[in-house]
Amino acid sequence: MYPKDLRYSKEHEWAKVEGRRVRVGITPFAADRLSDVVYVELPKVGADVAFMQPFGVVESVKAVSDLYSPVSGKVSEVNEALRDRPEIINTDPYGAWMIVVEPRDVGELKQLMDADAYLALIGEQRS
Amino acid sequence: MKYIPVTPPERERMLRSIGVRAVDDLFRDIPDDVRLRGPLDLPPALPDPDLLAHVRGLAGRNADCDRLTCFLGAGAYDHFVPSTVPHLALKPEFLTAYTPYQAELMQGELQALWEYQSLMCELTAMDVANASMYDGASATGEAAHMAADLTRRTRVLVSTAVHPEYRQVLRTYTSHLRIAVEDLPAQNGVTPPEAAERALGDDVAALIIQSPNFFGCLEDGQALAKIAHTRGALLVVAIADPISLGLVRPPGEYDADIVTGEGQALGNALNFGGPYLGMIATRESFVRRLPGRLAGRTVDTEGRPGYVLTLQTREQHIRRAKATSNICTNEALNALIAAVYLSTLGRRGIQDVAELNARKAHYARERIAALPGYRLAFAAPAFNEFVVRCPLPPEEINRRLLGDQILGGLPLGRFYPDLRDGWLVCVTETRTRAEIDRLVGCLEALQ
Repeated sequence: MYPKDLRYSKEHEWAKVEGRRVRVGITPFAADRLSDVVYVELPKVGADVAFMQPFGVVESVKAVSDLYSPVSGKVSEVNEALRDRPEIINTDPYGAWMIVVEPRDVGELKQLMDADAYLALIGEQRS
Repeated sequence: MKYIPVTPPERERMLRSIGVRAVDDLFRDIPDDVRLRGPLDLPPALPDPDLLAHVRGLAGRNADCDRLTCFLGAGAYDHFVPSTVPHLALKPEFLTAYTPYQAELMQGELQALWEYQSLMCELTAMDVANASMYDGASATGEAAHMAADLTRRTRVLVSTAVHPEYRQVLRTYTSHLRIAVEDLPAQNGVTPPEAAERALGDDVAALIIQSPNFFGCLEDGQALAKIAHTRGALLVVAIADPISLGLVRPPGEYDADIVTGEGQALGNALNFGGPYLGMIATRESFVRRLPGRLAGRTVDTEGRPGYVLTLQTREQHIRRAKATSNICTNEALNALIAAVYLSTLGRRGIQDVAELNARKAHYARERIAALPGYRLAFAAPAFNEFVVRCPLPPEEINRRLLGDQILGGLPLGRFYPDLRDGWLVCVTETRTRAEIDRLVGCLEALQ
């Protein structure tokens, strides 16, 4: 459920390092808590994002939440498929990535959690 | 249901249970010198019949459009209200309806709001309209906020041919939102496209115009939309008298991005200036930035049509500090009135009413402009209002017309110092040819 090779933020984003790029999405825990996602607002390719600053918005039938970037940098890809099929965030939260960032400082990822720490965090939030 | 919430024994019980002797003890912390000593200085209570006579006497001192012949518009319009409007809109089920949060109890109210929204879309040729705002001025302020959000830009440009009070409200609305409002001076009664082009920097979120504008002139919406879009700005069109849309091209057809307006003209009485009806409509793609309530039509688990409040996640009670707007109510009864009004008239009817306005206003415009000393201020095409420059101060003209039971137009000097002799005259479908001729006769006699 929470792969070892990903980093996790306390705002429930996952970050996957792919060479010189970082792919970003939200965790199964976040998708489950939101319930049915109906809309995602994402930045344009080329936009600047900053470490743990909002880069977009995810809206479900019961809530709206900001999306926080796990790393600073420039957006090099945006998942356009989410525009028409935002519900895949619920069915496949790791496949339903949101943006790909070219990071300015991959060192920022060290400040995020690994899978064990994240599991401990959501364990607390569940109880 | 009783409207007296507590009886004296109940009050006694409550005082005892919190341990005080009298209600007055609850106010002990308020300093003596600011407390009211003794009863309010009010006259003794009147018997019901005397009270009614007294209130009627007070009401009789108001001037109203039943007694006066009205040539005043400038944002509030004396249109005819068909009898279907009070008959339906004042039904207690509608009159006392609260916000329809509980969809299962409020299908009628929700359907009425949904119908209103659909009618607004048809009238403005826009994709989506909300269930109403406070009034035309605040709706325009909301549109500026929306445009700044959508474009992530910080300036808005507003034509001085937009209602001066709308511009004041716009400034109030944006004063703490880091949005700078700049005036774009009108020329010859309209917004000059060339000046708009020069003023539109790449930090401008919206160009705000009104059409027909405050001077009654029609703007070149198409040209202004194109210019705004070339610079990445949105075009916001405010409409003070939506009946004009029965005749002039709706903003959606010339590619406006947000349409706001004052819906009073649609079956609502003048109401001494309010409550009025704020209209706002936009493109489908902007719906998540649209402020206020939105009624939607859907189907229930058995496939039957039903109505709900929808997309509430934009709103303050869910989105908290990040809501698209802090509006958290609407003008549902006024919106219902507009829906009944438009449904009564139908497509053909609204066109007829608009045409009557234009014909009568143009007749009055020609007659007044032909009087010695009077001339038209602007040559641009008009709907039901126009500005004439007068040989006497317009305030003086109004004072003397009032003696003849005529409510004259708006003297413009108050808002536009260079139009001190400008008089904004409005002629709706309710004015007869005989009344217009009488106005012209009175003006002639004033010389």
